[in-house]
Amino acid sequence: MSTTTESEATYTSDEMMSIAAARVLRGDQRCFVGIGLPSTAANLARRTHAPDLVLVYESGTLGSKPGRLPASIGDGILAETADAVISVPEVFNYWLQPGRIDVGFLGAAQLDRFGNINTTVIGTDYANPKVRLPGAGGAPEIAASCREVFVVVRQSRRSFVEKVDFVTSFGHGRGRGDRERLGLPGAGPTLVITDLGVFRPDPETSELVLSQLHPGVEVADVREATGWELKVSPELSSTPEPTEAELAALRALKEAK
Amino acid sequence: MADIVSLADGVGRLVRDGDTVALEGFTHLIPHAAGQEIIRQRRRNLTLVRMTPDIVYDQLIGAGCARKLIFSWGGNPGVGSLHRFRDAVQHGWPVPLEIEEHSHAGMANRYVAGASGLPFAVLRGYSGTDLPEHTDTIKPITCPFTGERLAAVPAINPDVSIIHAQRADRAGNVQLWGLVGVQKEAVLAAKRSLVTVEEVVDELAPVPGGMVLPTWAVTCVAEVPHGAHPSYAQGYYDRDNAYYEYWDSVGRNRDSFEAWVREKVLDMEGSR
Repeated sequence: MSTTTESEATYTSDEMMSIAAARVLRGDQRCFVGIGLPSTAANLARRTHAPDLVLVYESGTLGSKPGRLPASIGDGILAETADAVISVPEVFNYWLQPGRIDVGFLGAAQLDRFGNINTTVIGTDYANPKVRLPGAGGAPEIAASCREVFVVVRQSRRSFVEKVDFVTSFGHGRGRGDRERLGLPGAGPTLVITDLGVFRPDPETSELVLSQLHPGVEVADVREATGWELKVSPELSSTPEPTEAELAALRALKEAK
Repeated sequence: MADIVSLADGVGRLVRDGDTVALEGFTHLIPHAAGQEIIRQRRRNLTLVRMTPDIVYDQLIGAGCARKLIFSWGGNPGVGSLHRFRDAVQHGWPVPLEIEEHSHAGMANRYVAGASGLPFAVLRGYSGTDLPEHTDTIKPITCPFTGERLAAVPAINPDVSIIHAQRADRAGNVQLWGLVGVQKEAVLAAKRSLVTVEEVVDELAPVPGGMVLPTWAVTCVAEVPHGAHPSYAQGYYDRDNAYYEYWDSVGRNRDSFEAWVREKVLDMEGSR
């Protein structure tokens, strides 16, 4: 892809995030899709460069091919367009747990320096939370058993914190080696895509490091929206602008009823 | 053999104060009408079990029917928060709500153990998460063959499980298809069960991917057309996505919720 072409198109930071998240998926992968931002990205990937990407939803659909964005993980269109419809125990026991899924694509309310995810409570007193969030859903086992995990999240000091208030889904714990110590089969979060850039775990420490900046974003903007002392990769690159085709596909997906 | 009954009779016969009650249906086939009938019959002190306590349990919790919730994801799918659930957890309104929190894999396996007549289930789950610290129904267990550390979760055996299905025949055999979630496991794990159906028919024509629960595995069947609304029944009607948005505005405040319960539930007595 040419990075020198000036795109005439204007786009939002949310659109850049979804497009950047879609680009990291490949057609030869099987992806366990969380609802919301991950579902937008995975469906966009199927509509653009990765038509053979296999989408798995926890409601019990293998190989869904929806023509619009599903309203929820149990949207009827996911079952109607699937290769197979299965029960919920089967999804988790036969398909996720043995390691048949390549990528777990998750969202987060809070994400910390080591890619641990919180979707349970805001506040450190579980019994008296400041905010009660929906909870775990399928995420703890998706984060444990998929070969790798991608996270897509809007970045701010509230969502990007030094340490999550509650570990709903285990990322890299407090650093390198923690996953191995727990015997977790998958590699954990290998990519975090936000509306500002892309983060990867440092190979030595597993700390999330800024590795890619979206167009028009400065390192200082990212630092401002990060709740820990941000480290920047020496090989920091910039995200190519969205193409006309990507933007058209994303907007068509969102407008389709 | 299942008895074919009215919804009011089915709930009246099977659901008692203090019971552990599971209403299942994973986005599809959610037994909403039965949930509202429980509110109408003013059941109290229920332990409610459900993987995804969405609108149906927001209504039951807001109406004060529950003392405890066993669950794995509590939100308004595609919209946001469940305000009555949050109010109960954060402020104890209208009554305090004890919670027992799992992951989907854990809940699904608890139902499988319940349906299998086993005391517990084993899964590769919860490792490294904070859930076991707060949920005493998650314990570590060592595989006696390989030595692998795994998680054990106890069986769920509800006093009564309630599901919604597309149809039943006059003998009470139940047929459902599309996303079937954990409904079979929930019914087989329960001491008693109520299945609401879109229609009772003379004969169950086979459906691709369809599942049949034989009449002798079900306690009561009630014909309740549209009984899953605002969720959907594949082959009958689509999900009412606008209702999920509307629920956000109803559930947001105690006043608007109480007005809704009075007008749409309690004053509708005998309408089914």
